[in-house]
Amino acid sequence: MYTANRKRLQKLTDCTSKASKHFNRYEIECLIKLFYTLLEETAEKQSSIGIDRNAFRNFLHTTFGMTDDMIMDRVFRAFDKDNDGFVNVTEWISGLCIFLRGNLEERTKYCFEVYDLNGDGFISREEMFHMLKNSLLKQPSEEDPDEGIKDLVDITLKKMDHDHDGKLSFADYETSVKEEALLLEAFGPCLPDTKSHLEFEAQVFKDPHDL
Amino acid sequence: MGVALTRAAQWTTAGFGTGTLELTPLNEAILNDIIKFVESFTAKYPQEAEFVFKEPLQWKTTLKPSEFESGYIVSGTTVQSEENSKDGQPLLLLSGTDIKVSSFGQLSRLLRLARDKKLKEAQACLEANRDPVVKILGAGYGTVEGEEDLSTIRFLDKMKKDDDHENNIKMNISLLLQQLDMHLLNSSLKHISLEIRLNPSAIKNDVDLLKRFSGEGEQTVLESIDYTSDFEFANGCRAPPWRQMHGEICYLIVKPHDCDSICLTCSTAGIFVNGGIDNEAEEIDYERHSEIYKDLVTFLREKSAKFSENMSKQQHSFFGDKKKGKKKSTSVTEKEEVCTLSKPSLALEKSPSEKRRTLKKLEPVLKWTCPVTQEKKNSAKESQDEKSTPSITEKPKSTSPPTLAGKPQSLSRCKSSVKIEDLVSESSSESEEDEEQPDHRQEGQTDLPSEYWQIQKLVKYLKGGNQTATVIALCSMRDFNLTLETCQLAIRDVGGLEVLINLLDTDEVKCKIGSLKILKEISHNSQIRRAIVDLGGLPIMVKILDSPDKNLKCLAAETIANVANFRRARRTVRQHGGIKKLVELLDYAQSKTDPMHHHCLYETKDVEVARCGALALWSCSKSHINKEAIRKAGGIPLLARLLKSSHQNMLIPVVGTLQECASEERYRAAIKAERIIENLVKNLSSENEVLQEHCAMAIYQCAEDKETRDLVRQHGGLKPLATLLNNTDNKERLAAVTGAIWKCAICKENVTKFREYKAIETLVGLLTDQPEEVLVNVVGALGECCQEHENRVIIRKCGGIQPLVNLLVGTNQALLVNVTKAVGACAAEPENMMIIDRLDGVRLLWSLLKNPHPDVKASAAWALCPCIENAKDAGEMVRSFVGGLELVVNLLKSENKEVLASVCAAITNIAKDQENLAVITDHGVVPLLSKLANTNNDKLRWHLAEAISRCCMWGRNRIAFGEHKAVAPLVRYLKSKDTNVHRATAQALYQLSEDANNCITMHENGAVRLLLDMVGSPDEVLQEAAAGCISNIRRLALATEKAKYS
Repeated sequence: MYTANRKRLQKLTDCTSKASKHFNRYEIECLIKLFYTLLEETAEKQSSIGIDRNAFRNFLHTTFGMTDDMIMDRVFRAFDKDNDGFVNVTEWISGLCIFLRGNLEERTKYCFEVYDLNGDGFISREEMFHMLKNSLLKQPSEEDPDEGIKDLVDITLKKMDHDHDGKLSFADYETSVKEEALLLEAFGPCLPDTKSHLEFEAQVFKDPHDL
Repeated sequence: MGVALTRAAQWTTAGFGTGTLELTPLNEAILNDIIKFVESFTAKYPQEAEFVFKEPLQWKTTLKPSEFESGYIVSGTTVQSEENSKDGQPLLLLSGTDIKVSSFGQLSRLLRLARDKKLKEAQACLEANRDPVVKILGAGYGTVEGEEDLSTIRFLDKMKKDDDHENNIKMNISLLLQQLDMHLLNSSLKHISLEIRLNPSAIKNDVDLLKRFSGEGEQTVLESIDYTSDFEFANGCRAPPWRQMHGEICYLIVKPHDCDSICLTCSTAGIFVNGGIDNEAEEIDYERHSEIYKDLVTFLREKSAKFSENMSKQQHSFFGDKKKGKKKSTSVTEKEEVCTLSKPSLALEKSPSEKRRTLKKLEPVLKWTCPVTQEKKNSAKESQDEKSTPSITEKPKSTSPPTLAGKPQSLSRCKSSVKIEDLVSESSSESEEDEEQPDHRQEGQTDLPSEYWQIQKLVKYLKGGNQTATVIALCSMRDFNLTLETCQLAIRDVGGLEVLINLLDTDEVKCKIGSLKILKEISHNSQIRRAIVDLGGLPIMVKILDSPDKNLKCLAAETIANVANFRRARRTVRQHGGIKKLVELLDYAQSKTDPMHHHCLYETKDVEVARCGALALWSCSKSHINKEAIRKAGGIPLLARLLKSSHQNMLIPVVGTLQECASEERYRAAIKAERIIENLVKNLSSENEVLQEHCAMAIYQCAEDKETRDLVRQHGGLKPLATLLNNTDNKERLAAVTGAIWKCAICKENVTKFREYKAIETLVGLLTDQPEEVLVNVVGALGECCQEHENRVIIRKCGGIQPLVNLLVGTNQALLVNVTKAVGACAAEPENMMIIDRLDGVRLLWSLLKNPHPDVKASAAWALCPCIENAKDAGEMVRSFVGGLELVVNLLKSENKEVLASVCAAITNIAKDQENLAVITDHGVVPLLSKLANTNNDKLRWHLAEAISRCCMWGRNRIAFGEHKAVAPLVRYLKSKDTNVHRATAQALYQLSEDANNCITMHENGAVRLLLDMVGSPDEVLQEAAAGCISNIRRLALATEKAKYS
């Protein structure tokens, strides 16, 4: 049984390591192990092919301190390339590859995917509103609590909508991010912050010999 | 306990003779401690209790013989203890009121007998025996103040020698007493630290407030409260200076409603009733007649029931006011402690936030003066006035809405007041680029630009948004033109700075980056810089330097570089350990990239980190304590290493820092040691003009010593410097380059090189149409070059003398010093002198003797010497200056040694002409010169002796010098180490020895012996003068002998 597992792991590592350029073999092995640990911990049915939405959200929350449900759902979507409701091992590796180590270009693409809620290739005014609606503290003095959000959306559009069509295309988004890297996560945190990122890598990739 | 008694206990301040211990709480505590110690002594150390004191403690007691119980033999007025010492003396002896006690056992028994009079007895005992330890153990154990107490060591020595039982006990007692001493000191320290010390401004505040609530009628708290004196000293005290020594601040006469008027003393220790005013003598009886109260209000509450009653009625309004007052007074207090003598109002002038607060509270009269034009002042006034009525501008500040939980709102405004304290403490030697100007806020809402409202809205989102909204708002804010003052001030005026600085204190890297990016931009504005410092932004930025994120480090360092443009900011950076951290940034360029960060999203290069660090250090290095801090943090080797880099924008701040720091002696040494000059020279040939400028500037600063000047030459630095002279468009660079040339030209070999490179001709060409900074250096360089004959000729041939003489009419002091020097050097050449004379240069030099600055005076006088020496008809020329000779003679009254020396030298030259010598004699040159004779300055001695020697040539001046007692000090000059002094003195003595009385004085002062030594000198002039002088003395002696026998 052990050798079988071992072999399977070897094979998996081999084929995924070709796909992901930011991890080395050892790191991939570690991540695959983590994948199976997560799978065992959370899924009741051993037969399932991957981590389901809830388990993944749980993972994001506990490991990277993400809180926004909507964003976490979108991150899951971004990971779950084949849209089957599960993140399988290949998706896991390639997703984390960008999530943890992606270069600016890859990350821009990923973030845009996350923010483009309906996947139509544009971040519309409504989508922005949706994502930003919790970003301002409600002030009792204000008559229309949404007014601030609408205003914020306007500000964002003014800043990022380069072709002035009232929505953000990928090109708009990319240009803005290139101008100002801070705008990469313009509509909510969907990448790990430095601290939890370092902690995660340190924990997962720690050398077994160090123990 | 000796130390505690002398230092901590408060002896009565007034009165003479034996001091008495005042009954202050502190003293009471000390006494109680001593009593407890003595009482328990018998029980704890029975052996030591029997030890007989070296001398009995003796004092006047209040105890009656009848109070003594068993163990004592009472007979009439005398009481004797049953216990006796070895030699039969009773250990306690009371006769009348005098009591003598000679053991701890008896002391503790006595105290037990005394019961409630314990305190009094202990007090009386200690008052009568100021150093009880001496009496107990002997004179060797006295309290040594300030020095190390060696008694214990001495004791140990003794113990080693003989193993005496008694010594053992003595040792124990001594140790016990020392322990007690420590204990007393510690507890009194606690006591002292609890006491609030009053200060003039706090009292003034209290009195002012009470005055407002005083007057006729039932509702007021007091009938009247007044100072006894209207005169207020600069430190805020009203007490006469000799009472200020006792910590007294002022005296008050208070008339409460329900009792007589009271005369109070306000001292730093507190408030107490004094003896009142003696109407006849108009003197205050300064003695204390009550307990000490911690402040005026507490005292009055105690004394007057009506006061406390009415106070409680007015409680609300009074304390509402009082609190504000307190705030102000505490800030003043802090400053006051540092320098009690400066005006209390200073603190208010310095901190703008403070200023604003007090303004609102007090009245709309603005009294501070500011170094701005009238126009600006008016506008500031207007806007300030506007603010005293609540204006729109102020609104956002006061109604700051609650923010997201993640952002700590810890910034307290009082931070700014703390800084006022050290503001005064720092030396003022540093240059202040950023004149602290008064705020000028944007006026009225009508003409506010549209940006103002947009920025206000963004700040609202900054305050009330989560991370995401904050980042959007920050990015959007950066779209405004932040280099415009309107936008910069708008951010401040809507309270944006507070929020931006608060953001720096969060954990959100992105918010920090965004905020710093904005702060970096707007901190180019001096008002913003000040506001950032006032809001406590610098410590947070310094903390950010520790962050692992390089981008953050860079931004923080760059912002610090901008903010640290004025002294207070630089000091704040240093005080929060910023210098060390910045120096650590310099190390980045070398350290290997951390593997953990290679994938970091917001990657910045290590070089960039080092560059920003250097940039910040550059700003900080303008303070001189900071320079020292940079050196101590090991900055110099790092800067030296960075200097080898090829990044130009890195080199500029590095060289800038070095150039700034090179004003310090230690830096120059380190710069030599680190072989920095080589690289500076290399970068002189860089493409970048700014870099060239700073390198030249650094060389200018460093080339203070010969070694460095040689290094510049050896590394081939003179050629590029000479080449750079030809490009005159960039004035800053030209100033730096000419400066470097000036300093290098102090070295002869360098001058030869410069001549080779035809630099002297170029320099002469720069004498016209250049800004003063350039001129100062050009003239300085020419002055150095002129020390050589060849160069003087070159200058004449290039027509350099005319422009030089023309510059003599300037006003720039540094320039005048250099010009006079250069003209003086040129005048060494008779042909040059002719030109100078024709251009009326001597008259111009002469009139510079009236210049208020001593350096200019001295330099002008030095320059006159060669002029007079080399001019044709010098005597006639000098006489032609109306009032000129009187002016010169009067300069002998100067305080400045250099001026005196130079004037003496000029007089020496003037006196070569007999007629002129007659004139200056009439102006009283002899007594003035004689008065200077008692000096230790060798340069002055030299020229003074020469002048005296010259002046002897007229009339009865020789005799006059003797009468004015110039001879004896002159003899002492012979003991100097300077041969110039010897030569001049011997000549002067030779001249003076023509007069018999002077010979006697010389002989009496032992001149012969000293002169005999001089005769053996290799210097012929000195030899001859010394011999001549001796022969004169000898001749006189022979003549007297002859007279005796004939």
